[in-house]
Amino acid sequence: MKLIDTPNLPDPDGFYEELLDAHKGLSATETAALNAQLVLILANHIGDREILSQAIALARQG
Amino acid sequence: MTYDYRPYPYARPPGLSAPEPARQVIIVGAGPVGLAMAIELANHGVASVVLDDNNVVSMGSRAISWSRRSLEIFDRLGIAERVMDKAVPWRRGRMFRGETELFRTDLQTQTEAEGIADGHAFPVFANLQQYYVEEYLIERIDALDLVDLRVRNRVLAVEQSDDGAHVTVETPDGDYGLRAEYVIACDGVRSSIRSRLKLEFEGVQFEDRFVIADLEMETDLPAERQFWFEPPFHDGRTALLHKQPDNLWRLDLQLNPDDDAEEAVKPDHLRPRIAAMLGHGNFRLDWVSLYSFQCRRLADLVHGRLIFAGDAAHVVSPFGARGGNGGLQDVDNLGWKLAAVLQGRAAPDLLESYDRERGLAADANLRSAARTARFMSPAPGAERLFRDQVLALAAKASFARPMVDSGRLSVPCRFPSSGADDSRLPRASRPGSVAPDAPQGNGWLLPELAGEPALLALGGAAPDLGLRVIEAELNEATRARYLGEADQALYLIRPDQVVAARWVAAETAAITAAITAMWEGRP
Repeated sequence: MKLIDTPNLPDPDGFYEELLDAHKGLSATETAALNAQLVLILANHIGDREILSQAIALARQG
Repeated sequence: MTYDYRPYPYARPPGLSAPEPARQVIIVGAGPVGLAMAIELANHGVASVVLDDNNVVSMGSRAISWSRRSLEIFDRLGIAERVMDKAVPWRRGRMFRGETELFRTDLQTQTEAEGIADGHAFPVFANLQQYYVEEYLIERIDALDLVDLRVRNRVLAVEQSDDGAHVTVETPDGDYGLRAEYVIACDGVRSSIRSRLKLEFEGVQFEDRFVIADLEMETDLPAERQFWFEPPFHDGRTALLHKQPDNLWRLDLQLNPDDDAEEAVKPDHLRPRIAAMLGHGNFRLDWVSLYSFQCRRLADLVHGRLIFAGDAAHVVSPFGARGGNGGLQDVDNLGWKLAAVLQGRAAPDLLESYDRERGLAADANLRSAARTARFMSPAPGAERLFRDQVLALAAKASFARPMVDSGRLSVPCRFPSSGADDSRLPRASRPGSVAPDAPQGNGWLLPELAGEPALLALGGAAPDLGLRVIEAELNEATRARYLGEADQALYLIRPDQVVAARWVAAETAAITAAITAMWEGRP
């Protein structure tokens, strides 16, 4: 399997807005915690170690 | 009840008066690994002398959790009945964070993934203090002519030659020398043999310190492994409570880096913490000690005529019960190989496979212990962030529970094997695995597989190749673990009950080749 790194979300603006809203009013620590939980939840949903490694590598490119 | 430490009698060794004949094997260290090694070798017909500088069993309960594999090994050594009469079998755990219970675990169901949950002679784990295990092993040794246990015999030096090794031994009556074809160092984490030879012990020392204590109390708490992250009764990091026989409970308290450790172990300081945890003060402190741990191994387990086993060869954190259990698996692996070399049935090269296989096991144990340490003592920053969020998720979603790491309990290492295989047969018994137990008539399969190598036939016959043949009774367990979809199968089983190769339709030439590969210790 290859990581999808081309547009794949049907509603990118809506998702982006929902993500920001979820962080509204949170301290930096709370925001970090929310993000960490999201990463873990999504990683489990993806459930493919190879895809996750590719995603980590892509994110590490900065 | 405090254990009654009876000193074992010292006898003046004959070597003080006249040179002793050379021995087959000298074992240094009479802990669980050294004692088990001597019995295992005796089971294979090899005589040994066991030397120990002390004359009592382990001070403190130390290793308490024995895995199913260790219990199976105890069975071969002849002490399983004694152990199981006394030990506390257990399978369940409870995980807490602060006041909240996150989830429960069941080691039994965790093995169901392999289709091997039920139908074993022994439970997944049983708790028994190390001093009892040593006592039972010594009792067994007393009945064996092939083992000569010498207490208060401290090894001062080991010198090797091409055909053996020589040890210099100190006793209350003076020093003497003893020769053997092989010396096995089972002298523990502070192995004096290892340090005298200046062998590098590679790895890391962890800074975290733990108070370890045995509490004596009457309680109807079930035999479960209870583990706390951020316990409310102790301002440190983690706590562990576990049942032992004799109304003893093992407690581990992880200290904060800035805690005064010497202060923390004092009863005046410790008792209130424990009372807060239990909700009462009706307990007695039986034993208290302080430890930190390291994760280290020797690069090579075999140095010519000197072989290392157990903690002398590799040490890990105590949280996976991988020290004592790992050491017994060293014994399991080394015993038949060294016997075969000494008896001329195999070339000394076979010992390289001990180094390879147990080296891999040591690496796996070290990796697991290091991961646990990172979860229990996360570094500030991202490590701490993710650890805390895994715990937060574990309370609300089951997917995060397998990420919670309070110690991954010891399971037998599965060696990479290029032994013949057939993909129609079940994974649980693939080459490189310990043969799974199964009921057979009124008994069990594994004891039948101990000793000499064997051909295990299921649903068919085995050719006569000079190897003993065991025809397994077909039942639900043997079908699930050894046949899967197939109607028949043939397994080549090593003396340590590890599957060397297996076939659905075996040809004589292939079996003969697999037997040769087994004696040559090929992967």
